[in-house]
Amino acid sequence: MRRGKVDFAGVQKEICLAYTPEAKLGDYVIVHVGFALNVVDEIEAHKIFEALRELGELEEAQDGTDDRAVPPASLDPPGGTDD
Amino acid sequence: MKFIDEYRDPLAARKLAQAIRRTATRPWTIMEVCGGQTHTIVKSGLQDLLPPEVTLVHGPGCPVCVTPLDLIDSAVAIASRPGVIFCSFGDMLRVPGSSKSLFEAKAGGADVRIVYSPLDAVTLARANPGRQVVFFAVGFETTAPANAMAVWQAAREGIENFSVLVAHVLVPPAIEAILGAPDCRVHAFLAAGHVCTVMGFAEYEPVARRYRVPIVVTGFEPVDLLEGIHMALLQLESGRAEVENQYSRAVRREGNRPAQQRIVEVFEVGPRTWRGIGEIPASGLRLREPYRRFDALARFPVAQGQVEESGECLAGLVLRGLKKPQECPAFAVRCTPERPLGAPMVSSEGACAAYYLYGRHRQ
Ligand code: SF4
Repeated sequence: MRRGKVDFAGVQKEICLAYTPEAKLGDYVIVHVGFALNVVDEIEAHKIFEALRELGELEEAQDGTDDRAVPPASLDPPGGTDD
Repeated sequence: MKFIDEYRDPLAARKLAQAIRRTATRPWTIMEVCGGQTHTIVKSGLQDLLPPEVTLVHGPGCPVCVTPLDLIDSAVAIASRPGVIFCSFGDMLRVPGSSKSLFEAKAGGADVRIVYSPLDAVTLARANPGRQVVFFAVGFETTAPANAMAVWQAAREGIENFSVLVAHVLVPPAIEAILGAPDCRVHAFLAAGHVCTVMGFAEYEPVARRYRVPIVVTGFEPVDLLEGIHMALLQLESGRAEVENQYSRAVRREGNRPAQQRIVEVFEVGPRTWRGIGEIPASGLRLREPYRRFDALARFPVAQGQVEESGECLAGLVLRGLKKPQECPAFAVRCTPERPLGAPMVSSEGACAAYYLYGRHRQ
């Protein structure tokens, strides 16, 4: 069974790569209970931020609201062993 | 961490919240199916960013919560047998059975161990040929490839002292059960991204058409959820009902084929009882014939009877999005994570635990 080392923000774990035959060194993978389920698509990952940047430019020209008005999003790693 | 931090960016969240406020003109109820998403929503306070038109209700996507009481009792009975090493993911241990939890069985001397992966249980079986190693195979489609691989590996190596107690559930039939109920009040669904990483999303297309309901495959970070909500609202406001993919960095329409092949080789679809909801046809996985000898229930016959739920717990209503946790009279009073009355207060993915942990009961 194909295996590989995956780095989780500094903690390394041996992960089964049987379901991601395309994974290569340096790729980002989604891991669930010891198995890589997918290689993250970097191009798709950027799309939302490009869309937001365009949205942001339009808005800032319109109103210029205060950035601090938002509760900060959480910074903890995602919890749970499932889904 | 790359691909996580940027999806927690408060500025991006604020921009999406503005877009949501501009889009919503009428009251809409959106259900996120997965308990992991529920936790992000409650923990990050996303509901506070939404306009009053948008109501989020939390779905049944907590595998620990929907595992039937009689299976927990079977797990406790099997774990308590001499010579058995019983392995499970951590959050199953504290789920109350009808008389005790796995954790209490462990305290009473049973050899119950928490593992990170089902392959760890196979490794234990290999290392302890004189013991019976049983793995509690709980989960949705996301966990099925791992559990299928564990059974397949044991079969291939002839590790006959390994078996699994299977409690696998499937998401699309649960969505259909919720949509088909006369009291359904859900207008759109956020489908669980990691389930779709494995299964793809073609299965949801007939559901969206039949019930005229938008289904948006959505990730787990705050920015993912807000974008998924926005995509669902754009559909609702324009009268569309389609399957869309917010989580395109991890999900393709066809899903992960090698994983699906291994699941289908080891498991077949069968009926399954969901705790708090009841039996849903074709909503679970069981071992296929060549692998049935790895079924722990066949190997260790335990008395399985009808067992009564605690009368006070509203888990069934919470899991179908009909009640919010704080509407349960026991919530935070007689039911807490330290002394849970029902599974949604135990699991890291349960809605009651999310509301309790992130202080929603104090508002
Ligand atoms: S708060 Fe406790 S008793 Fe009430 S529904 Fe949730 S788990 Fe059940």
